[in-house]
Amino acid sequence: MTDTRAANPSITERTRNIDAGGPVVAVHFLNDLAGFVLGEETLVLAESNGETRRVDVHAGAILTSAADDTRIITGGDDGRVLATGADGKSAVLATDAKRRWVDQVAQGPDNAVAWSAGKQVFVKTAEGEDRIFDAPSSPGGLAFAPKGFRLAVSHYNGTSLWFPNAANAKPEFLEWKGSHLGITFSPDGRFLVTAMQEPTLHGWRLVDGRHMRMAGYAAKVRSTSWSNGGKWLATSGADQLVLWPFQGKDGPMGKQPKLLAPADKRVVTVACHPAQDIVAVGYEHGLVLLVRIDDGAEILASKPEGVAVSAMTWNLAGNMLAFGREDGRAAVLRL
Amino acid sequence: MSEVASEKVPVTVLTGYLGAGKTTLLNRILSEPHGKKFAVIVNEFGEIGIDNDLVVGADEEVFEMNNGCICCTVRGDLIRIIDGLMRRKGKFDAIIVETTGLADPAPVAQTFFVDDVVGAKTKLDAVVTVADARWLKDRLRDAPEAKNQIAFADVILLNKTDLVADTDLREIEARIRGINPYANIHRTERCAIALPEVLNRGAFDLDRILDIEPQFLEAGDDHEHEHDHDHADGDGHHHQHAHGGLKHYHDEEMQSLSLASDRAVNPDAFFPWMQELVAKEGPNILRCKGILAFKDDPDRFVLQGVHMMLDGDHQRPWKPDEPRQSRLVFIGRNLPEAVIREGFEKCLV
Repeated sequence: MTDTRAANPSITERTRNIDAGGPVVAVHFLNDLAGFVLGEETLVLAESNGETRRVDVHAGAILTSAADDTRIITGGDDGRVLATGADGKSAVLATDAKRRWVDQVAQGPDNAVAWSAGKQVFVKTAEGEDRIFDAPSSPGGLAFAPKGFRLAVSHYNGTSLWFPNAANAKPEFLEWKGSHLGITFSPDGRFLVTAMQEPTLHGWRLVDGRHMRMAGYAAKVRSTSWSNGGKWLATSGADQLVLWPFQGKDGPMGKQPKLLAPADKRVVTVACHPAQDIVAVGYEHGLVLLVRIDDGAEILASKPEGVAVSAMTWNLAGNMLAFGREDGRAAVLRL
Repeated sequence: MSEVASEKVPVTVLTGYLGAGKTTLLNRILSEPHGKKFAVIVNEFGEIGIDNDLVVGADEEVFEMNNGCICCTVRGDLIRIIDGLMRRKGKFDAIIVETTGLADPAPVAQTFFVDDVVGAKTKLDAVVTVADARWLKDRLRDAPEAKNQIAFADVILLNKTDLVADTDLREIEARIRGINPYANIHRTERCAIALPEVLNRGAFDLDRILDIEPQFLEAGDDHEHEHDHDHADGDGHHHQHAHGGLKHYHDEEMQSLSLASDRAVNPDAFFPWMQELVAKEGPNILRCKGILAFKDDPDRFVLQGVHMMLDGDHQRPWKPDEPRQSRLVFIGRNLPEAVIREGFEKCLV
């Protein structure tokens, strides 16, 4: 599809390339600072003035990460949970007693942090107290609800909704057969969506537990992103951008997804602009497009360079897009 | 996923009933001076220390898939662990998965068929089963897990042979052959074996379906002999018959079945038949392999399967001097032999 897109307007000249020095597995913005998470050991912090700093955080693989505007939380195969700020200073938030892998982390309200190791889920509250929940199987994902102190834990055969501050309260269990992996709340907190081991998404409307099945993917959905206000859920996993409508009270129930930016290669990473209805779409062959949801108009952000776009995100202001590839080539694009 | 040009990392699965010597074999593999680095995935409750840089404890979480296959299960923990291990790509050359003594190898194998990320970055090399020569006969009677592990194996180490008389060993080997005539059997003491016999076997590599298994073509004849059952061993579970001085055992429950024909196969009949067969008998079929000569097709078609999952491809052109013979073998539980033979016959041109 490269040639057909040659005519697209291009903003590739606004890209600043960064050699991250290793496979990029995630990227987060701390204001204007882009923090690239590598598969092993290191964060690469790229300042808006072009300077980069390398911060060694884990003694081994970095398995998971999450962030708010002030710090990047990482979990590693060294059994540790770390928080790294824009100054490059890291603090150890937890070390697993059995040195198990920290598979999942999530950033909650008031600097609360959740992580999982084995089947155990931990929350460190704003007050610094630790809470533990034993999940029925190893969690595939963790997500804090947008309101209230509640953590969704996806696992085999469903999702548990846990209130870490309600001692002895049994977590609410949302059942759906199969292995649930990545998990996300809609920004208004009305819907909960999981990516499954099968190439499909499952959703629940939380008010009544109604199920939503979002199928038709070619591959496991590894990347999801909510558009501004939660009108759309953008997803990877097909040979085009798949957007599920969440505007109405029924969400995508009985509706078809919007399909944009078709290619002969698979979409592997998506990131919605924080304010406008624009989605950055990364493909397995390295193409990055900015796609307008209304009419499908495309702008070329990066040519296909043969290597998958493995991580991508916008800064909160929406004027910078950072992305990284499996071979360590990364970039920050300024609009 | 498009990958930076790279080799897939081979994964060897070690199975074997409790106490057979899996950990001994694992430590032997790790300590030999081969210059290779391994990532080792062990079950969380392994009791003996393993001296290796990269050891990961696994929970053996077996998950059912919602894909219509009733027997399709995968190891969810393995998907997660391999995804994590691949972040340290370059730090190891191969992965070894040691299962618990009671584990069924199928979910491990099926994980490599089902998960796209695991399948893109790693490849299943072989299932290696360690069997205790003293106790295998008993376990084949009372432990369905042990029989599964034998039936599923590509390589079997008949271990602790120093504790068993030679005549008994021959009988045990005959028992193993009765269940799985296609595995390579090695007699070992304390799992002493040359590592090329257990590593880089390519047993799930379609291209090597024949190369590594010389018995594959010959062993198929076993079941075309007259079965002159004499019921001599008396335990009711096995038949044996004399053949060239060797005892042949027939396991009542788990058997292999070999089909062969010099007539060309009609692909339009074969694929629907095979799909239907594994859909119906999938839970009972542990492994299958085949080489097919399709009508008007210059290429050999090779296939393999685990339970309901099939994987097949054109391999290479038939050589001019090579007989265009189709072969199909199954290892499974209570296989309806007559039905399968009849079904295959109908696929022949």
